Amino acid sequence: MAKVLVVTSGKGGVGKTTSTAALGVALAKSGQKVAVVDFDVGLRNLDLVMGAERRVVFDLINVVQGDAKLAQALIRDKRVENLSLLAASQTRDKDALTQEGVTRVIGELREKFDWIICDSPAGIERGATLAMYHADVAVVVTNPEVSSVRDSDRIIGLLDSKTAKAEKGERIEKHLLLTRYDPVRAERGDMLKTEDVLEILSIPLLGIIPDSEEVLKASNLGAPVTLSSPTSAPARAYFDATRRLIGETVAMTVPTDKKGFMERLFGRRVA
Amino acid sequence: MNLFGFFSRRSSAPVARERLQILLAHERAYSGKSDLAAILQEEILAVIAKHIELDRDKVQVKLDRGKAVSTLEIDIEMPTQVGARA
Repeated sequence: MAKVLVVTSGKGGVGKTTSTAALGVALAKSGQKVAVVDFDVGLRNLDLVMGAERRVVFDLINVVQGDAKLAQALIRDKRVENLSLLAASQTRDKDALTQEGVTRVIGELREKFDWIICDSPAGIERGATLAMYHADVAVVVTNPEVSSVRDSDRIIGLLDSKTAKAEKGERIEKHLLLTRYDPVRAERGDMLKTEDVLEILSIPLLGIIPDSEEVLKASNLGAPVTLSSPTSAPARAYFDATRRLIGETVAMTVPTDKKGFMERLFGRRVA
Repeated sequence: MNLFGFFSRRSSAPVARERLQILLAHERAYSGKSDLAAILQEEILAVIAKHIELDRDKVQVKLDRGKAVSTLEIDIEMPTQVGARA
């Protein structure tokens, strides 16, 4: 049965879109049929991170309003089989996103895909609440940083009260994805540790994504890190998280990048 | 590119720069205007519908925005003679 997953956080800039793209690719590579849907109306970026920005014709709002069929708006990834993107509208107002329209589109997506990954906008307004409303599973993206943890706590509260599942008295499955994690700084005591964040938020951990320059390179290229650099530390962390998502048991580690000879010799280049 | 760039693979920032330039050129040009692709699709389909019956589910529109030229590809599955209008 199809699963609707929302990638959410409350706070902006923590890695929702990056994680949506990386998890989408990893799930599709494992043989699942995946659609990634951008809910950030007016400030879309999932198309850019997925490298499909030149191919967007119709978007979520066109489908919601009936101006285009779902099949016409879905953009199939040219590199990964079983992966499609539904872009957000860049020009329309977010009020064009109606509850009934979104319900219909999610229903249609459920018939075609195994996983529907909804990339939530930051904040707790309409776009964010609609992105989470139909979710069966939520991935709460959090940085080990005070404001991010606080906003995640707020989002967890909304997931437990403002979703279809919550309204029916059911529990929504919630997972924590800790991103931009620097094990060295955490060990030194200058960054919240995984245990600290888990203790405060008390939801199960899906994965720890190490802070890495590979993530920026991936978005520069328009290829999610699990595609552009599948053996890099963050990609391995995303692959592990994906396996946990589909129910496998994978030991929790923070992958690290082994530095190449040249890099060790010259250190990290800044420019 | 500095000397050490020779040893590493092609850097990613120039790719990012070019992708953004193309994307933003298109977004600035069309901001505030209605979607050209949608209008073209409607009008082209209206002309074709005068002559043959069309199934809207069998129309695919593809777009590729390039630096110098963009291509719009409209793929229409035409029914066999049965649905043809005089």
